Amino acid sequence: MNAAAQNGELNRNGANEIYHKGGSTKRKFQESFEPTPLYAAIVTYVNYAVVTLFGFLRDFLRKHGFEKLYAATEDPEMKDFVPLYASFESFYTRNIYNRIQDIFNRPICSVPGATINIVERKFSHSGWTSKYTGKTLKNVVNLGSYNYLGFAENEGTCSEAAIESAKKYGVGVCSSRQEMGNLDIHTKLEQTMADYLGVEACITFGMGYATNSTNIPCLVNKGCLILSDGLNHASLVLGCRLSRATIRVFKHNDMEDLERKLSDGVVYGQPRTQRPWKKILIIVEGVYSMEGSIVNLPGVLALKKKYKAYLYLDEAHSIGALGDHGRGVTEYFGIHASEVDIMMGTFTKSFGAAGGYIAGNRALVEHLRAHSHSACYATSMSPPVCQQILTSLSIISGTEEGRNRIKQLAKSCKIFRQGLKKLGFIVYGNDDSPVVPVLFYSPCKLGAFSREMLKRGFAVVGVGFPATPIVESRVRFCMSAALTDKQIQDALSACSDLSSLLNLNYSKAK
Amino acid sequence: MDQPHKWVLAEAIHSMYQAPLYHLILEVLLVIWILRLLFSKSYRIQDRVPLTKSEKEALVLDWTPEPLVPPLDKTLSEAVPYRAVNGQPGKNVEVDGRLCLNMASLNFLGLLGNLRIEKQATQSIKKYGVGSCGPRAFYGTVDVHVELEEKLAKFIKSERAIIYSYGFASIASAIPAYAKRGDIIFADEGVCFAIQKGLQASRSKIVYFKHNDMRDLEEKLKHQEQLDKKDSKKASVTRKFMVVEGLYMNSGQICDLPKLVELKYKYKVRLFVEESLSFGVLGEHGRGITEHFNIPIGKVDMISGSLEYALASSGGFCCGRAYVIDHQRLSGQGYVFSASLPPFLATAAMEALDIMHENADMLKELKYKGRKMQQLLNGIPGIELVGYPDSPAFHLRRKDPVSFKEDLQFLQDIVNKCSKNDLCLTIAGRLKDEELNSNWPPSIRVAVTVKISDEELERAANIIRDATV
Repeated sequence: MNAAAQNGELNRNGANEIYHKGGSTKRKFQESFEPTPLYAAIVTYVNYAVVTLFGFLRDFLRKHGFEKLYAATEDPEMKDFVPLYASFESFYTRNIYNRIQDIFNRPICSVPGATINIVERKFSHSGWTSKYTGKTLKNVVNLGSYNYLGFAENEGTCSEAAIESAKKYGVGVCSSRQEMGNLDIHTKLEQTMADYLGVEACITFGMGYATNSTNIPCLVNKGCLILSDGLNHASLVLGCRLSRATIRVFKHNDMEDLERKLSDGVVYGQPRTQRPWKKILIIVEGVYSMEGSIVNLPGVLALKKKYKAYLYLDEAHSIGALGDHGRGVTEYFGIHASEVDIMMGTFTKSFGAAGGYIAGNRALVEHLRAHSHSACYATSMSPPVCQQILTSLSIISGTEEGRNRIKQLAKSCKIFRQGLKKLGFIVYGNDDSPVVPVLFYSPCKLGAFSREMLKRGFAVVGVGFPATPIVESRVRFCMSAALTDKQIQDALSACSDLSSLLNLNYSKAK
Repeated sequence: MDQPHKWVLAEAIHSMYQAPLYHLILEVLLVIWILRLLFSKSYRIQDRVPLTKSEKEALVLDWTPEPLVPPLDKTLSEAVPYRAVNGQPGKNVEVDGRLCLNMASLNFLGLLGNLRIEKQATQSIKKYGVGSCGPRAFYGTVDVHVELEEKLAKFIKSERAIIYSYGFASIASAIPAYAKRGDIIFADEGVCFAIQKGLQASRSKIVYFKHNDMRDLEEKLKHQEQLDKKDSKKASVTRKFMVVEGLYMNSGQICDLPKLVELKYKYKVRLFVEESLSFGVLGEHGRGITEHFNIPIGKVDMISGSLEYALASSGGFCCGRAYVIDHQRLSGQGYVFSASLPPFLATAAMEALDIMHENADMLKELKYKGRKMQQLLNGIPGIELVGYPDSPAFHLRRKDPVSFKEDLQFLQDIVNKCSKNDLCLTIAGRLKDEELNSNWPPSIRVAVTVKISDEELERAANIIRDATV
């Protein structure tokens, strides 16, 4: 990229600042969010207009019986009840989502590793009916699963250890952590994870989503202030809402906006009574999966210290994927883990398992053990899942193989991103993030790209409204240490073919 | 025409010369005043007085937040320490160093440690690995998930089923998918915590009725009907739901499903039944409370169940008609935004379902053992037994309650004494301050598993009886 493209015009939120890293290299923290080209926005709006018009037409035809209705209908005995769904609520689903729904929910019948076998489905009647053709698309290169360090394996030390633990502990637990579900393997996992992260203690839960939604209410309540990043995950938003604290949203990764809101919070207190807030909690994520951006952690920490707030860091996508030893975004910035009050993460992405954890000092963890909704009411983690995490942790933190995986992931990210940028795609986010979102703007191109890539033997993930803004549909590639260099090169050449076929090279930077 | 114009203007100027001076001065002052009012900033007393930078900094320095969590020694002194389970929990469990008979785990069909399930789970790990590495929409849908959903729907005789990766999340995500702000939900006041969180997330108006009291529910429904008559336009867009549990986690009672179905059609209120405990327990084949009362499942709008208790796996499910369930594939937060269930747990659940299907007399035996245990524990002085007579999960409360703290200590002493005699019981876990009903009495939840023999039941009952003395 040329110098002019690096400064000002292209960088929306990211700035070219230089941070000292914990390791030997001084790297640039470089993020780019090229603004939407005007003609792309216009084309996208035209796309939506055409599809919407057809949507109205088809709804009209269906309502008056000219077209067959394939959707499920209400039970005839309940026709006097208040309708369960508002008719306009599902307009988007019926008329836009349905047309491209073959790119979502693709069933696989193999381990979600570097290549997958996809069960083929055929959709007809504009996406209303589907059936399995009976064929399986074999060895499709997997660019969509969260398999950052390649631990989604059905052979090797991890799966063998998991099988052993299934024989030793069984599969289920049937009880909550506070009752009879506290197995020795859970204690071992928590101790190992705490040692790995470099904190005092850790507590684990059976579901990453529930880790956020059931624990944030234990830390803050009414009379507290939460400052939440604009692009936070749905689980964080739900946790904040259930806590009944006041939520204020600051612009994504924008330190000035955060400072302004922090300052207003401390200086002016609660809205009508002017009483000071009990606590202020800042909630950010390590890597944002839709934007590919990395949180400006030094900036947030500086503000946190100045205004005496607490920091909740959700490392769902960054644990295992960033940092020289995979310790996440704190290691990436060379910051000690004890500076973050609450470190949360999930085991689904880099460890090939399931579940979540919260780590920090012992007072925090003991408080959560006693008060977490999940520890009291939900069953604890299944033992083979715990064992998978333990084995993958021992590989990541102790062995040559672990270091190689982390290096391979970093290398793959770099090659892939640079390759895509050279082809002229608009790629969002930070150069070091393992998530690579490429902007297509129009949902129609999203559908076409995904289908064509599948024909060429690549499985990609397309995301549209409502997960993203309505004109910013994108394809999100997830890098994996399991992908070979050849597979990445093949993917890039497939993207190159499609770029000319579908006019996807929007980027002005060359 | 110009002439009237000029004439009026000339007249005006002429009259100005003729007006008295005080009149002119007053008019000019009036015009100046109006202009001032128009252009001056409005001033409200509540508006913030702008603070200087140094004042702000002083306020920031002064402010001391509460500590994030209470101090460690306070937390440790108040909390009940976790019991250390060693090895595999099953009919017997090694707790805190002793091998005890396990009447605390909700292992109703005794499938914990089942060898068939273990074999299938092992083969599944050999094929799919452990994690599914993605949400359902993004290559996290494995063929075993689709198979499990079809199997569950077929078994329970409903049209569609949807799987969640966590039992707690299934009902907590299902309720807010349908009920939004402005809707009304009638919920039993004894519903479990997961339902309470679902109700809170929905932002609807919640009307609680007395635990398992159909008359109170009907009164509240009638009251709402009268309110609807007054404002029929609003009522025509307000959805109404009833949320109950098949077998209540907090009391071991079962709901009166025939009456609920009658109320559903009478007052046009949709019915959601949460069957975490009753799936695999009630009914001739374990299909739940609809089979128990012989009511066609289509009469209930949505059933939410758990794979974590009777089926000894992980995860939850919702089933019902396609019209209702398909909506959750895009609106169920715990489904869309979470990674899917690990494939081996889905395989384990399928195998458990097969075992349950093949051994229908297990259900009969379970009811018999539940009834027997309740009969053995009935009439212990100082202890009140709460629960449906055939239920394998029931509660023991203090007969003459004194205070929450003392009652809890009384029950804890019983649990400790039982532990010393190699019987494992547990106090029903509750977060008193977070629950809707913080006055709910503390209790011991006894869980009978079908694997316990009659002699062991009698021995256990004697140990409990001795412990209460």
